[in-house]
Amino acid sequence: MVKPIGVGQEAPITINRSSAKSYALEESAIVKWSLITISLLFLALFLILPLVSIFITAFEKGWETYIASITHPDALSAIKLTLIVAVIVVPLNAIFGVAAAWVITKFSFRGKNFLLTLIDLPFAVSPVIAGLIFILLFGAQGLFGEWLFQNDIKIVFALPGIVIATLFITFPFVARELIPLMQMQGVTEEEASLSLGASGLKTFFLVTLPNIKWGLLYGIILCNARAIGEFGAVSVVSGHIRGMTNTMPLHIEILYNEYQFTAAFAVASLMSVIAIITIIIKNIIEWKAKEV
Amino acid sequence: MQLALKKRKKNTIIPGFSLTLGYTMIYLSIIVLLPLSMIFFNTISMSWSEFYETVTHPRAVASYKVTIGTSFVAGLINVVFGTIIAWVLIRYEFPGKRIVDGLVDLPFALPTAVAGIALTTLYSPNGWIGQFFDFKIAFTPLGIIIALTFIGLPFVVRTVQPVLQNIGGEVEEASASLGANRLQTFLKVIFPEIFPAIITGFSLAFARALGEYGSVVFIAGNMPMKTEITPLIIMTKLEQYDYAGATAIATVMLVTSFLFIFVINMIQWYTNRKFNHI
Repeated sequence: MVKPIGVGQEAPITINRSSAKSYALEESAIVKWSLITISLLFLALFLILPLVSIFITAFEKGWETYIASITHPDALSAIKLTLIVAVIVVPLNAIFGVAAAWVITKFSFRGKNFLLTLIDLPFAVSPVIAGLIFILLFGAQGLFGEWLFQNDIKIVFALPGIVIATLFITFPFVARELIPLMQMQGVTEEEASLSLGASGLKTFFLVTLPNIKWGLLYGIILCNARAIGEFGAVSVVSGHIRGMTNTMPLHIEILYNEYQFTAAFAVASLMSVIAIITIIIKNIIEWKAKEV
Repeated sequence: MQLALKKRKKNTIIPGFSLTLGYTMIYLSIIVLLPLSMIFFNTISMSWSEFYETVTHPRAVASYKVTIGTSFVAGLINVVFGTIIAWVLIRYEFPGKRIVDGLVDLPFALPTAVAGIALTTLYSPNGWIGQFFDFKIAFTPLGIIIALTFIGLPFVVRTVQPVLQNIGGEVEEASASLGANRLQTFLKVIFPEIFPAIITGFSLAFARALGEYGSVVFIAGNMPMKTEITPLIIMTKLEQYDYAGATAIATVMLVTSFLFIFVINMIQWYTNRKFNHI
């Protein structure tokens, strides 16, 4: 923090102001605008065009076809199932994320880095494998298969299977957002609150939670986006039963494979709207977080 | 050292250590560790020859080549364009910059199946983009590369961006005042600073690409030996109720991915240490 005398930032800049122009501190205008053009072209080709094409294809045959596609009973039941899965998965992983971030950032203990690696594990696992492991656990030939069959409990090819596979896929999202944030904030505020006599819970709700609310919200919307859009893992465990275990992404796949492109893109456009809203919320959160 | 750590834990007045650690461990075990361990238990129960035959089947080997090759090329494309985009977003002002910055996250937010059908429609032989090319893009390895580039782009941009932001103007001024031109300053001062982040971004994009299924399965065409990715082999075996075969291939994929995660962690550990010493 303490700077040696004579290394103040002002001095060299003011003295050399006249010669500063000859220093190469910026690229030439040609380089600058070429780089901007390259970036915009790349993003247009890979991001903007696909996004635009979804909406154009969805509305190709007019409003009526669009409305009919998204209000088809199969589409509605897919939307409902997707929402149910998100409503169960997101709060569970949010609670886990807060607990894991608390223990990792507020205490020192042996094996902390190992725990961090374990929390990240689902990121390294292919969605298809994430589905496979739950088939191996709960499927007919699986570890608990016999027992589940005898007790007439259905997990795989039913809602519980979809929920647990989605839990696995979105497991690290909230924890990953909170850990760096809470690491940076340290423990001093909590210690102050506790030493002034507040209880642990009171400290958490009145000191910690307000400090992490934007990070938490960010983690939650990322977790939600992935939970809604998960395809590979859910595809393995759902069994593709129409109107029963089809989530929105699976419904899109079925329509697409049946060459019902307009209908597929209509449902896809709904999911794109959710994605765009996610990005907008993310930017608002970042803006708010900077403001604080 | 060990003693000091233990002492700090005991002296802290922050409550909830056992509660949150216990909850974290139990939840982690139920959702992640127990299910994942099934892969290894099921692999151990296979005979070695059975395992070896499955994972070295020509169709499986071809799929490893396709998966690793396309993931690698997509990773390289993202390194080049992701770094340029990160640079442009940090250093320059231009109209619509905020929207462009937000848009970079689209692949994180958009469901992979949606991206898959959109890219396939665009790049298929009579699609908006595909019609301008004499050769096929969708249903070839090129199509797989395009889908994986889409999926991996934010990883590189979002890892390089904060590092670029944190490079102080002073080092560049010092370099320039010592007579370096702009290219020299970039190559000798800025690039070494952002290089670890580029490697991390590449590894993250690559690891994600290895396991990617949703966006690829539509555009790949899924021809055995040519455009069949490894996750699809697992999927096909599952549909034939060949659980042992699916598990064997999954083991190969998991071991490969874990090696990469290990490399990422080593790099992060190395860079963290470097920055903490300053």
